[in-house]
Amino acid sequence: MSGLKLAIAAVAVLGLAACSNKPWNDDLNGAGGAGGAGAGAGAGALDPASPAYFRQSVGDRVLFAVDQHTLSPAAQATLQGQARWLAQNADYAVTIEGHADEQGTREYNLGLGAKRANAAREYLISQGIAGGRIKVLSYGKERPLEICSDETCYSKNRRAVTVLAGGLTG
Amino acid sequence: MRNILAALLIGASALAGAGAAAAQTGPLRIEIDQGVIEPLPYAVPDFVPETPAAAEYAAEIARVIASDLSGTGLFREVPASAHISKVAAFDGPVKFSDWKAVNAQALITGAVSVTGNGLTVRFRGYDVFAEKELETALQFTGTTDGWRRMAHKVADAIYSEITGESGYFDSRVVYVSESGPKNDRRKRLAVMDYDGANVQYLTNSASIVLAPRFSPTGDRVLYTSYESGFPQIHVLDVGQVQRKVLSSGDGTMSFAPRFAPDGRTIVYSQTQGGNTDLFSMDINTGANTRLTSAPSIETAPSFSPDGSQIVFESDRSGSQQLYVMPAGGGEARRISFGEGRYGTPVWSPRGDMVAFTKQNKGRFHIGVMRTDGSEERLLTASFLDEGPTWAPNGRVIMFTRESQGSSGRALLYSVDITGRNLKPVKTPDGASDPSWSPLQK
Repeated sequence: MSGLKLAIAAVAVLGLAACSNKPWNDDLNGAGGAGGAGAGAGAGALDPASPAYFRQSVGDRVLFAVDQHTLSPAAQATLQGQARWLAQNADYAVTIEGHADEQGTREYNLGLGAKRANAAREYLISQGIAGGRIKVLSYGKERPLEICSDETCYSKNRRAVTVLAGGLTG
Repeated sequence: MRNILAALLIGASALAGAGAAAAQTGPLRIEIDQGVIEPLPYAVPDFVPETPAAAEYAAEIARVIASDLSGTGLFREVPASAHISKVAAFDGPVKFSDWKAVNAQALITGAVSVTGNGLTVRFRGYDVFAEKELETALQFTGTTDGWRRMAHKVADAIYSEITGESGYFDSRVVYVSESGPKNDRRKRLAVMDYDGANVQYLTNSASIVLAPRFSPTGDRVLYTSYESGFPQIHVLDVGQVQRKVLSSGDGTMSFAPRFAPDGRTIVYSQTQGGNTDLFSMDINTGANTRLTSAPSIETAPSFSPDGSQIVFESDRSGSQQLYVMPAGGGEARRISFGEGRYGTPVWSPRGDMVAFTKQNKGRFHIGVMRTDGSEERLLTASFLDEGPTWAPNGRVIMFTRESQGSSGRALLYSVDITGRNLKPVKTPDGASDPSWSPLQK
């Protein structure tokens, strides 16, 4: 039910779902990522209550420094926006997916991704979002968004992505 | 495969010499711990087919034996093109002068017979310059589809006789087979012979699978799967390919499972509230016990072979380091103190060493150290090496090496614990996270 809602929204607004058969969720807005020029241009047309608006205009992800899980001021600002959106769109639950870059061993990176996702979760809770709406999950280094082996890619891969799901409806 | 029986063939001559030979150090001896080794030259002419149906196996078995022995870097084959004598009859006299002339210090001869789907391999090893037979005369009986295992067993017997170490060729490796580009990598579990033969896939690639580990008897595999959406611990019966989920709990991550030597207890990481700690579980009852409680990341555990201790990694000091604690939990003692970060410790099957991944100055290394952290030795260096696993005899380590950049790919490599003989292990696709089985029975 909740997954279906997300899928329908993606098809209707972005028309990208058919291109994306990947099992993880954070590439629906394309490789350019949140905040890119294309996303900004289209944002005006988006329904502010739509998942696409959340991803593109609010920003669905926060980035981290090497081997860190502390939230930068920019990350906190993004999460404040997410919290406002989630307060206004109370039907949505979220899963925050934590990721690491490839410069680390596999299982350590699972733990690190979990810390990152949890840091984002704790921040949303501090902004008034109920903890019961937020699950966390880590992919470690298993799902890089960018595939080069230098800092320009690594910095985008060290992320926590807030993925919307329904689930509180009715 | 399971019905291979090993039987001592030659009672009289082998047993009669046993006492004396054990006391002496013969000329055919490789001391692996010596510095640079000149590989020992040996010849393994095609085995003699003693029944018509044996012809297709006789030469192949000799080739697998040669691949095993030469693959260690400790032996060098004198090729068939240089042989003067042919071995036409297994029980015929050996013309030592012909083998001396080509400087083959060891000679391995054998005979193969096939009855129905049953296969019998007899073999003998010779010290050419001493003109005497090695104490390896054995016979292996099995089925024709298990012919490679019988070849590995012959090679194990020869290796063991000449090095004084137990063998490792009749063993398997479970690993993660990888395909697809780096940002859409598909992973599935696979198992193969140690040399890359007989690959069999154990799962499909619908969900991520990570870090499989063999049970102490090699019959089951523990691994982490994202099948439920969250990483959970699964156990798989290798023979039956039956799976079972051991951990659950929506929103809880469990990963990095490893067997205790009892085959019934496992240790693993569980993440609660973003914090990763170590737990143990009795997989028969499902009862679990918390082993650590620290705000840091505790993961990658490995039992000592006697089951009394666990080595693991933790970043409680501020960076990843190795620690040893009692198997039931309790105070942990840090054992890694060098420069850089240390992870993925694996206790050696002999109990005397820990293999690990080290990150330092942007490079990754596979290394070994004593269990108290002394005598650290790095065996490899590359853009990304990780995840060592020990050969059953504790002499060789297999690990994952991933290449750099957008076309980066993971492959398996092996290296001797002396740092010699670094080489890729053949796999049909990309491969990572190897776990070496015990020697098969």
